[in-house]
Amino acid sequence: MYTIEKAGQLADKVYQMWVKAPHVAHHAQAGQFVIFRIDEKGERIPLTISAVDGDSFRVIFMTIGKTTTHLAALKAGDHIRDVAGPLGKPSDLSKFGTCVLVGGGVGTASLPIIARSLKAAGNRVVGIVGARNASLLILEDEMAKACDELLISTDDGTKGFHGFAADLLKQVMAREKVDAVWIIGPAMMMKVTCEATRPAGIKTFVSLNPVMVDGTGMCGSCRVIVGGETKFACVDGPEFDAHQVDFNLLMGRLRTYQPEEKESLERYNAHICACKGGDHHA
Amino acid sequence: MHDRAIDQRLHDFKEVDTGMTSEEAKIEAERCLQCKKPLCVKGCPVGIDIPAFLREVASGNFQKAAAIIKEQNMLPAICGRVCPQEVQCEGQCILGIKEKPISIGELERFVADTERAHGMVAPQKKASTGRRVAVVGAGPAGLTASAELARMGYSVTLFESLHAAGGVLMYGIPAFRLPKDIVKAEIDAVLSLGVDLKLNHLVGRSVTVKELLSYDAVFLGTGAGLPYFMGLPGENLPGVYSANEFLTRVNLMHADSFPVFDTPVKRGSRVVVVGGGNVAMDAARVARRLGGKVMLVYRRREEDLPAREAETQRAKEEGIEFVMCSHPIKVLGEQGITGVECVRMEMCALDKSGRPEPVPIEGSHFTIDADVFIAAIGQGPNPLLISEIPELKRGKRGNVIVDDEFRTSMRKVFAGGDVATGAATVILAMGAAKCAVHAIDKMLREE
Repeated sequence: MYTIEKAGQLADKVYQMWVKAPHVAHHAQAGQFVIFRIDEKGERIPLTISAVDGDSFRVIFMTIGKTTTHLAALKAGDHIRDVAGPLGKPSDLSKFGTCVLVGGGVGTASLPIIARSLKAAGNRVVGIVGARNASLLILEDEMAKACDELLISTDDGTKGFHGFAADLLKQVMAREKVDAVWIIGPAMMMKVTCEATRPAGIKTFVSLNPVMVDGTGMCGSCRVIVGGETKFACVDGPEFDAHQVDFNLLMGRLRTYQPEEKESLERYNAHICACKGGDHHA
Repeated sequence: MHDRAIDQRLHDFKEVDTGMTSEEAKIEAERCLQCKKPLCVKGCPVGIDIPAFLREVASGNFQKAAAIIKEQNMLPAICGRVCPQEVQCEGQCILGIKEKPISIGELERFVADTERAHGMVAPQKKASTGRRVAVVGAGPAGLTASAELARMGYSVTLFESLHAAGGVLMYGIPAFRLPKDIVKAEIDAVLSLGVDLKLNHLVGRSVTVKELLSYDAVFLGTGAGLPYFMGLPGENLPGVYSANEFLTRVNLMHADSFPVFDTPVKRGSRVVVVGGGNVAMDAARVARRLGGKVMLVYRRREEDLPAREAETQRAKEEGIEFVMCSHPIKVLGEQGITGVECVRMEMCALDKSGRPEPVPIEGSHFTIDADVFIAAIGQGPNPLLISEIPELKRGKRGNVIVDDEFRTSMRKVFAGGDVATGAATVILAMGAAKCAVHAIDKMLREE
């Protein structure tokens, strides 16, 4: 059992949680993730490690289905039954020169730890944080501190630049030499945004988010095609060369359990209503 | 065999074989000739004193029989159920020449089940040696190594990456062959020796190799958990599973009880399983219990199936359709699977393994309608940890190379089970672990 030390809401549908797990916190590096299983009946879900402090680490997630909705309902002092990690390969933290980190929505959660590590390796780091609207923006202050420069975009213009993160990325590329780019967000956002760097041949990393079960390379649920080869995102990734990734396959596989995910969430919500906000951990 | 009726067992995951009664056990054990040089013991990879325990069963001393078995084997309820006895102890039994060999497996199981029902006796432990040993992987090899080392007085830390110990016993073998409460009870008995089990710890990530090597000795029992895929067109369509994924979802995560449990699994109405081993048989029978019409496609002949004969028989009884001498070449579909294109095979000259080499027959393509496809064509050694230790010598297939005492190329690092041999059986992994433990003990006593 792992204790939740702090928990709270960051934005519309977006929550953060600090969990005490020394085996994760003491070994975590930028770009890695954990697997949570909330309770005995729970599923295993992957979440990116977003920050580390002593024996604890932070995850940030959006409520999209049953498990994340349940997770959002947990408070400080509650427990997560299983926390496995850190998992996956760490980010490539070489000295590239100028790095641009682009976060889409909750994908921004992964960026501060990468930004700080890249800075420590001697890079100049420009952050771009994008979201559909101002209420979904997260980690602005933290990113402003971690990066040399921070740019904001919203699809609807409610804050910062009116448009997509990809447009801001192109602006940065137009004004200065960019040596490496990280793009982390929804699959469609990563697919579209990485086209901005393809013509210039700029080294671009994306962090892939396929369906995972064990997260240790023993099932192949998270397989993706990169450069024509089948890779397991949990052990070979989750970061890959953006220009080599088959995003259409990734998005198709992400839809595998859509009907089941809907059924599970509806059942959970019905149960929450039935017990009127009481014990909903059953 | 005391199998439940097919129409009952197809609707649940409860154990198929209900086991022997005390009377049946005594009668069966009395058939033993008590050989002076018992071949059955030689056939057992962990060397259980079979005639001795059978003598106690025949006299009704079931507790004493359990104690004799546990001298050599801490997991008898598991081994009695899943060992391929026909090629081990029972295959050697002298009675098998003229009539039926003694049902040693069923008797071992009976003894273990009887002991568990009456409360298990805590095993004896030697005084502490003050030395620490790390065991990586809580599958059959790691559990056996941990138990043997703890009994010898070593302080054992057992690292497991999943949220439950047991390895393939938990995620691979379905409950209808190996009930999970039984696995848990035998694991608890191992832990009761003082073994410190650390779940959710992936060695190489949650524990560095340096931390690992700070122990006085290390045993690697990380298994062969890397699933092989076939490289077929369409293999990455949603609905195509490795047997590891399909079985993990159902056995470990209880996807058969979705949405009471959160993990989903695709319940195919027409399922194709490719392969002919125990894993293929398990996947097919699980898919059948999830309500699918199941076809098992195997490239060789029925007599070449490597699965345990009893389980092949049960799969047939349960309505699995066997498509022999056939091989998939393409998974069909756009968003999901619609079918599997196969080709017929003919058997040519015997290959290295002594089996006929299957060769595709030109123009013999045919299509099976399917909405779920499960590849059970084998697994390789789990590369994650062993690739983090470059000094560790590995074979062509990624297996850790060991000598006859299960020493690796690194001092104080030992390895046994599937990580050394490639995918094999539970009992061979346990046998390897026991040998490795003796070598570890010898090394540490000489230091």
